[in-house]
Amino acid sequence: MIICNDSELRIQIMPQNNSVAIEFSDVTLSRNHRPLVSRLNFNIHRGEALVLLGRSGSGKTTTMKLINRLYTPTQGEVLFDGRPTTQWDEIKLRRKIGYVIQETGLFPHFTIERNVGLVPSLEGWQPRQIKTRVYELLHLVGLDPAQFARRYPHELSGGQRQRVGVARALAADPPVLLMDEPFGALDPITRLELQQEFRRLQQELGKTVVFVTHDIQEACVLASRIGLMYGGELVVLGTKDEFMRSQHPESLAFLQCLRSLQDNL
Amino acid sequence: MKDFFLIKYAPEILQHTLEHLFLVGVAISVAIAIGIPLGILITRQTQLRQPILGVANILQTIPSLALFGLLIPVPVIGGIGVVPAIVALTLYSLLPIIRNTYTGITGVDPAIREAGRGMGMTDRQLLLQVEIPLAIGVILAGVRVATVIAIGIATIAAAIGAGGLGVFIFRGIAVVNNQLILAGAVPAAVIALLADLLIGWLEQKLKVKS
Repeated sequence: MIICNDSELRIQIMPQNNSVAIEFSDVTLSRNHRPLVSRLNFNIHRGEALVLLGRSGSGKTTTMKLINRLYTPTQGEVLFDGRPTTQWDEIKLRRKIGYVIQETGLFPHFTIERNVGLVPSLEGWQPRQIKTRVYELLHLVGLDPAQFARRYPHELSGGQRQRVGVARALAADPPVLLMDEPFGALDPITRLELQQEFRRLQQELGKTVVFVTHDIQEACVLASRIGLMYGGELVVLGTKDEFMRSQHPESLAFLQCLRSLQDNL
Repeated sequence: MKDFFLIKYAPEILQHTLEHLFLVGVAISVAIAIGIPLGILITRQTQLRQPILGVANILQTIPSLALFGLLIPVPVIGGIGVVPAIVALTLYSLLPIIRNTYTGITGVDPAIREAGRGMGMTDRQLLLQVEIPLAIGVILAGVRVATVIAIGIATIAAAIGAGGLGVFIFRGIAVVNNQLILAGAVPAAVIALLADLLIGWLEQKLKVKS
């Protein structure tokens, strides 16, 4: 078959690409001639939980911020829904992407209700609609709205705050969630609880999630695929099993951590 | 008792107090209207920070009596009377307001700002809904300092015929009468204290708990 025009060409290609939510195409980001991340080439599939694992300074957070255009690549491009992020209106792009960071990301002067309803209110929803959505989300993350809606973030425990953070990111039902070490500051018990709950939630809602962590245990609980970052490069990308079999020195180092933890028990 | 200065000069004290409040009130309002936007501007255009803070700093270092004098030959905003007095007081009040606005906004937790940006808030939304509300305590602290300073300096405005409580002080110095000096100084101090308490209360009330 001869493809005779552009639109047909697109129709031919679309179904193939439809499973890809985000594509990194030869992405490099440099500051003062020093690359922070270099030559990133990978796809993030719809509905998967990709965990970017690496030590501090390995470039994992930077990689994440390239997705919602808090950074723009110096070279190459990041494609969101098949369009380079630089061609998106940055506000529109970000409202399609939920964003959760360590607990400090909640607005201290907003009640829980206003925090969770932030993006819907920016999007101009009706107050009644926002309220319904907020209550629904608080239920979803296991907080009783009657008890929590009117409180302020500083009146909540770290774990509760982080639940609010997740609810806020989900508020406008974005297809993609970015999470930057959201459970990092929690005690180990609460952390495991939230990890498991979040894993269940992610599978239920079918969101595409990019999750940044330096904790190999966390990566194992949450990931459908693990991307290992080292020195600004993505050195390993694969399922948990593939990661376990990887012979890259950095993944061996991470696996060693996991093993020494178990050995000491 | 009748000779006690606060009673003896009561009607005059009332009149000069009102003049004093007028000078300071107008000057602070103008300084807020100029200083807060300038403070916000330099958080956005960082290359303007040095020049703007520099000029405000220099203005602050000019001795107040000299500034009133320097304004005398200046057309429109200068000369003698109420207008140049308000101009001088405004210039003195700018630095604390600009600086605290800048410090307050840049002091907002970067994680909070980033969360806002990451969720798709425009710069304007971020400023009005997040940065200013979180910085309001620090901004008001600047207004408070500026107000207390302006109440003190406004006594010198009497030297260029702008009235205010300084009238008593200059008269008292001229005729070597301590009661007259006190009739100006005591109400000025009381006003300063009250303004300090009032704005301090407002600051506590509006400050965000965290």
